[in-house]
Amino acid sequence: MTLDLSRWQFGITTVFHFVFVPLTIGLALMLAIMQTTAYRTRHDAAKSAKWEHMTRFWRRLFLINFAIGVVTGIVQEFQFGMNWAAYSRYVGSVFGAPLAIEGLLAFFLESTFLGIWIFGKGRVSARIHLASIWLVSVGTLLSALFILAANAWMQHPVGYKVVGNRAVMTNFWAVMTNSTLVGSFFHVVSAAIATTTMLILGVSAWHLLRAHRGGDTVHPAFVTSAKLAVIVGSIAIVATMFFGDSQAKLMEKQQPMKMAAAEAIYNTQNGASFSLLTIGDLSGNPIFQIRLPHMLSVLADNQWDGTVQGINQIQKAEVAKYGPGNYKPILWVTYWTFRLMVGCGIVMFLMMGVGLWLIRRRRLERSTWFLRLSVFAIVLPFVANTTGWIFTEMGRQPWVVFGLLKTSQAVSHIGTGYVVTTLIGFTAVYSLLAAIDFGLMVHFARRPEVSDDHGDTDGDDHDETHADRVPALVY
Amino acid sequence: MSLAISTLTPAYTGLEVFWFVIIAILWAGYFVLEGFDFGIGMMLPVLGRDDMDRRVLINTIGPTWDGNEVWLLVAGGATFAAFPNWYATLFSGFYLPLFLILVALIFRGVAFEFRTKRTLPAWRTAWDHAIFWGSLLPALLWGVAFANILRGVPIGKNFSYLGSFFNLLNPYALVGGVTTLLLFALHGAVFASLKTTDELQERAERVAKMLAPAATTALLAFLSWTYVNARDIHNTGLVPPFVPVVTIVAIAVVGWLLRERLGGWAFVTTAVGIVGLVATIFLNLYPRVMVSSISSAYNLTIGNAASAPYTLRVMTIVALIFTPIVLVYQGWSYWVFRARVRRPPVSPVEVVPGPAPVGGPAQTELEGAEASERSEGPL
Repeated sequence: MTLDLSRWQFGITTVFHFVFVPLTIGLALMLAIMQTTAYRTRHDAAKSAKWEHMTRFWRRLFLINFAIGVVTGIVQEFQFGMNWAAYSRYVGSVFGAPLAIEGLLAFFLESTFLGIWIFGKGRVSARIHLASIWLVSVGTLLSALFILAANAWMQHPVGYKVVGNRAVMTNFWAVMTNSTLVGSFFHVVSAAIATTTMLILGVSAWHLLRAHRGGDTVHPAFVTSAKLAVIVGSIAIVATMFFGDSQAKLMEKQQPMKMAAAEAIYNTQNGASFSLLTIGDLSGNPIFQIRLPHMLSVLADNQWDGTVQGINQIQKAEVAKYGPGNYKPILWVTYWTFRLMVGCGIVMFLMMGVGLWLIRRRRLERSTWFLRLSVFAIVLPFVANTTGWIFTEMGRQPWVVFGLLKTSQAVSHIGTGYVVTTLIGFTAVYSLLAAIDFGLMVHFARRPEVSDDHGDTDGDDHDETHADRVPALVY
Repeated sequence: MSLAISTLTPAYTGLEVFWFVIIAILWAGYFVLEGFDFGIGMMLPVLGRDDMDRRVLINTIGPTWDGNEVWLLVAGGATFAAFPNWYATLFSGFYLPLFLILVALIFRGVAFEFRTKRTLPAWRTAWDHAIFWGSLLPALLWGVAFANILRGVPIGKNFSYLGSFFNLLNPYALVGGVTTLLLFALHGAVFASLKTTDELQERAERVAKMLAPAATTALLAFLSWTYVNARDIHNTGLVPPFVPVVTIVAIAVVGWLLRERLGGWAFVTTAVGIVGLVATIFLNLYPRVMVSSISSAYNLTIGNAASAPYTLRVMTIVALIFTPIVLVYQGWSYWVFRARVRRPPVSPVEVVPGPAPVGGPAQTELEGAEASERSEGPL
């Protein structure tokens, strides 16, 4: 019971955290690009003002979002010890190091320079102010690198040996150059950027549509934002798919059960032709082509659970290797999450393609059908991010560290009552935060005007020209 | 050396001792820095007469609170990597207090950002509550936690925590909690007196003067009790007497320094007091990292809790390279925001463009904003 509840808690807190993290990573980078452009065009008043406006607008969403990323990140840092004490003892020597280094290298950088960036305008030079947002961006990327190094080690342990009852690091360089890390880092970072561009595109589209409806003039900042989003987003989504594909190939070698679980049930439930379309395009031709003849032979033999045999073979092999036990993840979860992730990715890819074509035809800001679609498409990357993580983490089960430590052995020896308390507590707190954050994000995303240099100082419903407005304080 | 001594003091590797010291420094740094953040949070309803007062107070820590909190994250991460058994036993054992601290820090953190996003009074009041309780609760609970670490909790074989939540609520630990609570409140009040102006500053000084004797009393009680405990349980800690003495003296003189209008020195002494308290606890602990109340055989020490030597070496190299860099830029950020924060004028009409209308540091929130509003160009 403690085990199941702890897994739910970890899943809920982590998924929630990762709703916000991709936006933090992506928006920090996009803001750095926008502010740099504003700075570089500073001699061209109109152009510079437009990029300045963009920086201010997206900055508000960034800051609202950043706050939640920070506070939910604290929980991430501590819940290994709280709920997964046995895991922490076993892996601390390897897994703890990147976490500690993440704090020292990434968190200090992000938080300090974010402070400089928010509050420092007018106190530090324009160049240092610009450098601050770049350093925040570097901080977010370093953070992703180290936490994914820790995760990659769980997926594919390297650079360690088992001494007594724990894993001991023998080669830090091997941990940091883990083949799994290379794939996952670029996959996650490009997905984060793609997520952000989908948000920027969708919100810009909403403003463009509103201007069309009201017959107002379109603010050039939103046209440029939408174009920038499509251009950066196209690169990001292609990179996401490319590195996702390379990850899938690695997974086939490193965690064959996960890959089999992503596809296998699918065959028995949905038939072959759909499989051709879904899998063939995305997860790499080699996997697809290897599977195809096998599947056909299964169908020819009238054995509907043909690919389940594939899983059974891996199950047998893992029993032989690791001893008796069930080495299958929950198949419907891996099956559906994989498909949702890939499906959302494909739709995003197509949308970005269409977006590029519309930019080329100089019709992006006038294509109402595309803009409308873009507003709804904001949800796609979040679905893909969430299902992607659920797939890769639940697909690794029953292992917490693949081949070394099972999740059932990793949990703390604590009373069920405690875990129930924190599970309910965190879920309630996070739900409340989600509601508030969503409300604020929508509120500020819909406000086209940005008040002054300090952006969001004075809340809404407040006449910005009113005499007692407060220009000075940021918070 | 005699055999007896060598069995009494088992050899610990230099790296294990080094990381014990590093973690002590991280906690000390965390409590000094976030100590005044917590203090400011607790002072919100005490010093803030209106929304603007509270905004001024929040803005005194606005640019830096997040960086201060990273000290906690690094302390946690370093403990995980350097002493996995300590990390695991501490966080799974102190489960509910830690949960409360996390929830408090969550609400407090978002409150800073969310508070000004709406002007609705109920909205702001709600976040003010979040900041107040989100500061008070951790300030209390960290003291409870560290007092328990030192006093001893039921730890059995294999580093497993055998107690419950209620083992952690004992009188000694509560005195520890009240001590950190009052220390941080005092630290925050002194900080507020240094970072604000006019009425708010005067109020902060008054409150700090009132808090000083209370903090001194609590600290004296906690340190005395700690001394008695240390004798009773024959612990092996090594605390040079001057450490607790300096600690108590530092806090005892705060009131006098404030009366002499030496606010800067008062802040130095509250910081010294906090560092001294952490030092006393860690020196008393050494070489243990958690004390078992069941048997000294079950104590967690820097030896049996430590990570592999290779990990410690890697971490040492990383820490030696990057810690100075971090200290430099974090210190620099305090320099950038060294100015006092003041209330904006009632009406912008009254704002006189140009140099600061009132004496004081060259740059304030207000002047910075004015400057950027006046500038026509980007940035």
